[in-house]
Amino acid sequence: MTPLLELVDLTKSFGGVKAVSGLSFAVNEREILGLIGPNGAGKSTVFNLISGVFRPDRGRVRFRGIDITNQPPYRVARHGLARAHQIVQPLPLMSVLENCMVGACFGQENLSLARAREAARESAVFVGLEERLATPAAQLTIAGKKRLELARALAAGPVLMLLDEVLAGLNPTEVERMTDVIRRIRGRGIAILIIEHLMQAIMGLSDRIVVLNAGQKLAEGVPEAVANDPAVIVAYLGDPAAAEALHREART
Amino acid sequence: MTMLRRPFFWIIALVIAAFVVAPVVENDVSMRESLLLAAVYITLASNLNLMLGYAGYINFGSIVFFGLGGYVCVYLINTQAWPLALAAPAAGISVSLIAFVFGLGILRLRGAYFALATIGVNEGVQAFVQNFSPWGGASGLYLPVSIFQPLGGPMRALWIVYFLLVGVMGLSLYLSYAIKVSKFGLGLAAIGQNEDAAAVLGVPTPRYKALAYSVSAFLPAISGGLYFFKSAFIQPTDAFDLGLSTEAMVIVMLGGQGTITGAAIGAYLYEELRGWLLTSDTFANFQLVVSGALLLIIVLFVPGGLMGWIHGRWPRLKRVFE
Repeated sequence: MTPLLELVDLTKSFGGVKAVSGLSFAVNEREILGLIGPNGAGKSTVFNLISGVFRPDRGRVRFRGIDITNQPPYRVARHGLARAHQIVQPLPLMSVLENCMVGACFGQENLSLARAREAARESAVFVGLEERLATPAAQLTIAGKKRLELARALAAGPVLMLLDEVLAGLNPTEVERMTDVIRRIRGRGIAILIIEHLMQAIMGLSDRIVVLNAGQKLAEGVPEAVANDPAVIVAYLGDPAAAEALHREART
Repeated sequence: MTMLRRPFFWIIALVIAAFVVAPVVENDVSMRESLLLAAVYITLASNLNLMLGYAGYINFGSIVFFGLGGYVCVYLINTQAWPLALAAPAAGISVSLIAFVFGLGILRLRGAYFALATIGVNEGVQAFVQNFSPWGGASGLYLPVSIFQPLGGPMRALWIVYFLLVGVMGLSLYLSYAIKVSKFGLGLAAIGQNEDAAAVLGVPTPRYKALAYSVSAFLPAISGGLYFFKSAFIQPTDAFDLGLSTEAMVIVMLGGQGTITGAAIGAYLYEELRGWLLTSDTFANFQLVVSGALLLIIVLFVPGGLMGWIHGRWPRLKRVFE
């Protein structure tokens, strides 16, 4: 089976800094793949390379068997790839519903306005924004804006979603609700590539995990194996005892 | 036609009817001339609004469409002996195409750089025309009075051109409205509010921006063609007058950018104000100073303009006066 998304030897430098270097990994259909690593490891750069915001210096990105390297973001979106940003990017003057309509109109399914309205309403309700449909996006709380990012990406009817720290800045109750939403999105058959710093959450959510350090892949595997990898413990977690604690947490 | 059920469709129809009926009933030529100018301002402002209010791009040189349209139309009538009925649409189409090509180039720029480039386009075109001998260079092109004969003589021709200009104004308002309630309009609004996010969401930003720029050239070019046909005279300094471009900006900001009603009311109010300033003893020589001051006051204190303020106070009116 060919993977849904395939990165081959992806490399990107900014001036003298190699943000991503020779990175290869794949996301399979219906999979939740966690992308973790310390700050500055190059995680968000990887997302920008996949979604076409940056062009790689070297390497290829293949999505559903199509080479999408160097395609602009709006073309990538049309192939069925949707993204939720780490720093929320609402269309501030539009309502929640209109924000989602933009996603639905210009996503993979290229819906008409009327059908986009339906898809938008459905996805806004799905993430729990049903009471905020007419609220201008600028007036949402940070948790609301994170949900909006998710709803807008979902409205596009994607086959793969890139989620960049959608749990950051949320309180524990909100994290709980959000992880539930993410699981239900996967339940619809949508694959997810997720960047997250909340270890407990991502260890619990992911089928597999790729660890990035200084732009390179440090480890890849199921959460338990990654958490036990000595290289990961030293480079990423820094302290073996912390890894031990995390390991126990992931099991319970 | 779902548009027929919307109140705003009928509001536009009423405005057009008022423009057509008022000067005829009163049989008042000076009222007609004043309304003619208002119709031109409304055309310029509502098309500028497509770029400024919808897509969020400041086009300081929008007058280049009006001037180029004027030149193409006058040239086709004068030298190629085309009838007005063909020359005016031809002006619209050719200027739109030119704008599309320019747009693909300069719309790579954003913010202040784009605004500067639009001034550059206007000044560049003006410099070109000044040295382009088929268009009469710096001294321009004249039409003989006999040109009005096919329309039944000068008196009748002035009325016909007035009705045509009002028609172009009406089309501008309907075009703004049709775009606003379309998928294209949703994409432009997304670009206007956060272009990077819009692109990630799948809005084809370069194509949409160039299309908006090109569409916003079409009706002003026809309007310019009619206007300079009526004057029977066109020269570069009149056709590419940056002052008029700036006035169009003031109008859109005054009425409320992004709103159709705002562009129309702003244009009408501004035309009245301008007429009063030009005939007053105190302000006659510096009416543009007053527009400058007006723009400053709006930007500082009422950034949403008249309609922005009204929509803020009475949100329900958003659905009536779009």
